[in-house]
Amino acid sequence: MSTRDSDWDGVRLHVVTGKGGTGKTTVAGALALALASGGKRVLLMEVEGRQGIAQLFDVPPLPYAERKVAVAPPTRTRPGGDVYALVADPESALLEYLEMFYNLRHAGTALTKLGVMDFATTVAPGLRDVLLTGKAAEAVRRKAGGKSGGRVYDAVVMDAPPTGRIGRFLNVTSEVSGLARMGPIRGHADTVQRVIRSPDTVVHFVTVLEEMPVQETLDGIAELTSLPGGAIQVGAIIVNMTRPLALPAEQVQAAADGRLDTDELAAGLKTAGLDDSPVLAAELAAELTDDARGALATELQRDRLDGPVRPCYELPWLSHGIDLGGLYRLSAALRDQGAA
Amino acid sequence: MAGAARPPALDVDGLIDDRRTRIIVCCGSGGVGKTTTAAAIGLRAAERGRHVVVLTVDPARRLAQSMGLSMLDNTPRPVPGLATPDGEPADGSLHAMMLDMKRTFDEIVEAHSDPDRAAQILANPFYQSLSSSFAGTQEYMAMEKLGQLRRAQEWDLIVVDTPPSRSALDFLDAPQRLGRFLDGRLLRLLTAPAKVGGRAYLRVLNAGFGMVTGVLTKILGAQVLRDVQTFVTALDTMFGGFRERADYTYQLLRAPGTAFLVVAAPEPDALREASYFVERLAQERMPLAGLLLNRVQRAPAARLSAARSQAAAETLQASGSHPLAVTALRLHSERMQQVAAQRRLAEHFTSAHPVVPVAEIPAQAQDVHDLDGLRAIGHAFGTAGE
Repeated sequence: MSTRDSDWDGVRLHVVTGKGGTGKTTVAGALALALASGGKRVLLMEVEGRQGIAQLFDVPPLPYAERKVAVAPPTRTRPGGDVYALVADPESALLEYLEMFYNLRHAGTALTKLGVMDFATTVAPGLRDVLLTGKAAEAVRRKAGGKSGGRVYDAVVMDAPPTGRIGRFLNVTSEVSGLARMGPIRGHADTVQRVIRSPDTVVHFVTVLEEMPVQETLDGIAELTSLPGGAIQVGAIIVNMTRPLALPAEQVQAAADGRLDTDELAAGLKTAGLDDSPVLAAELAAELTDDARGALATELQRDRLDGPVRPCYELPWLSHGIDLGGLYRLSAALRDQGAA
Repeated sequence: MAGAARPPALDVDGLIDDRRTRIIVCCGSGGVGKTTTAAAIGLRAAERGRHVVVLTVDPARRLAQSMGLSMLDNTPRPVPGLATPDGEPADGSLHAMMLDMKRTFDEIVEAHSDPDRAAQILANPFYQSLSSSFAGTQEYMAMEKLGQLRRAQEWDLIVVDTPPSRSALDFLDAPQRLGRFLDGRLLRLLTAPAKVGGRAYLRVLNAGFGMVTGVLTKILGAQVLRDVQTFVTALDTMFGGFRERADYTYQLLRAPGTAFLVVAAPEPDALREASYFVERLAQERMPLAGLLLNRVQRAPAARLSAARSQAAAETLQASGSHPLAVTALRLHSERMQQVAAQRRLAEHFTSAHPVVPVAEIPAQAQDVHDLDGLRAIGHAFGTAGE
């Protein structure tokens, strides 16, 4: 068992969203690893057909099947754990749904030929989203066979659509109810909705400290907490790709204003045996100024996130890009900050 | 650099100065600065004498504000404050608008039917869902709006920012998918009972039809099917050929005078998407102008290598003196590594697509807040090829 409570004890569905380019898939993968540690079994689910998980874990493209993709390493205090991955596409989810509830799988080919699959998975508003969130809800609720009767997965992590579409994606009931006031798909949507709106589900927002992603995060949080059908629980804000300050904090403003002591800089370069020309000193000072301006802009954005009381995790920028080693580092950082 | 592929330079100024260029489509994955780039292209073209309208789909309030507008809506609004580099009022003009997909769809319905029928369609639950939330409606309406702007003849250059799709390719496919559905066999089957002669058609397909409606009823419920049927019947008699409209805009995209600019950031995911897009455009024989590589890291002191900089920082730190120089050298070393990593990614792209012209836009330390910010970006890509 874990040595301390995490911020999300009892949460079984973690929905991870974020603006494009913020590293949503990477963070979802790191979170799945973090949650798996301690002998847990976690399902990481992808719903946008990009094969981002396969790339992240460096495995061949994944089918519509649950495959083990990674092992969370044991630590001194915790045993390891398993991460499974699933690439859910609406067509397969629909066929599975038909088979599960109506034993209609064989109808698939005929349906595809007539354009029914096209209709059901891409045209019919909201249906596609119900199928995808429905698959997540099914994985969350699935029970293991045998006497234990426990859940198959301790947690499900969903790499969800970007922030701009997350409210609509998760708010399936109202989307579908505009269309279907009753009937089986409505019933299915209602079941999914009970899972999404239960205390077992949280939505985490991944952002970087830039104006637009932060704005989208704040807008997204406001949207989820004021949905017409009732709020969906917001989890953590996960600030990705943070960099440490290069300069001591008290020098940042001076550097940003271009008031650095270039003579002192030039003297230092000379001591280090480098070209001591004022030109190099001026060029390096320009780099410091650029960095300091970026850092100040970043601080402004951090202040904007600093309002609502909710966990905020920070993940470092990895200069060598994201490989498996980097992913494990990020998952350890999440664990250390209480995410798992 | 030995063996490193150098791409041809993308001449953006040449493209926007060429009066034959009538449409520029900016595409790329989300989060690469596509919308801002589209606005910067529009502004630069207008200040160089073109009459430009920028069609954006991204509701970023800040972008509107940076153009001196309190908000953007479905009508092109004039952007004030245009000037030539000498500070003279510009000869060209710039309008900006943001796509409202439901409004655009409503307008098509209203324009093509009598008021009674229009009201009937607008009130249909299926239409309401379709027009506000179908995953492809935004793409379809963006293309529809593009066609409208082109026909209006009020502007000689239209800059389009494509929707933030899950995949950059969606906007090519979605209009056809919607068109295919609205014109397709399935709808013919569904609406057949409502039409004269439908019965004979049905008898032939009886078995298949029964199965299909059976399944659809199971999935959706009978009421949804009734709504769909009512909607399609109303639509069908009103104006045929949704698919024709989709085909028209598709042809417009292939016509001479259209240029695609793929926008990417020097990151693996964004460049992978850019690669797919370049291949797809070639497949569809769409005219690709080139790649705009946004947010490229630069290092003013580039002649000092990462390794030398790092070594000097270590020597200096050991001596315990000159902390400012130590910081500067470490930062420079990291920056040089980042520059090199980005360079490698750009080279990978170019070795896969050696003929695609590229222009780079250096990373800006601050977000864009006004026309000057947009001008700075425009200046960066305008002079990139020099």
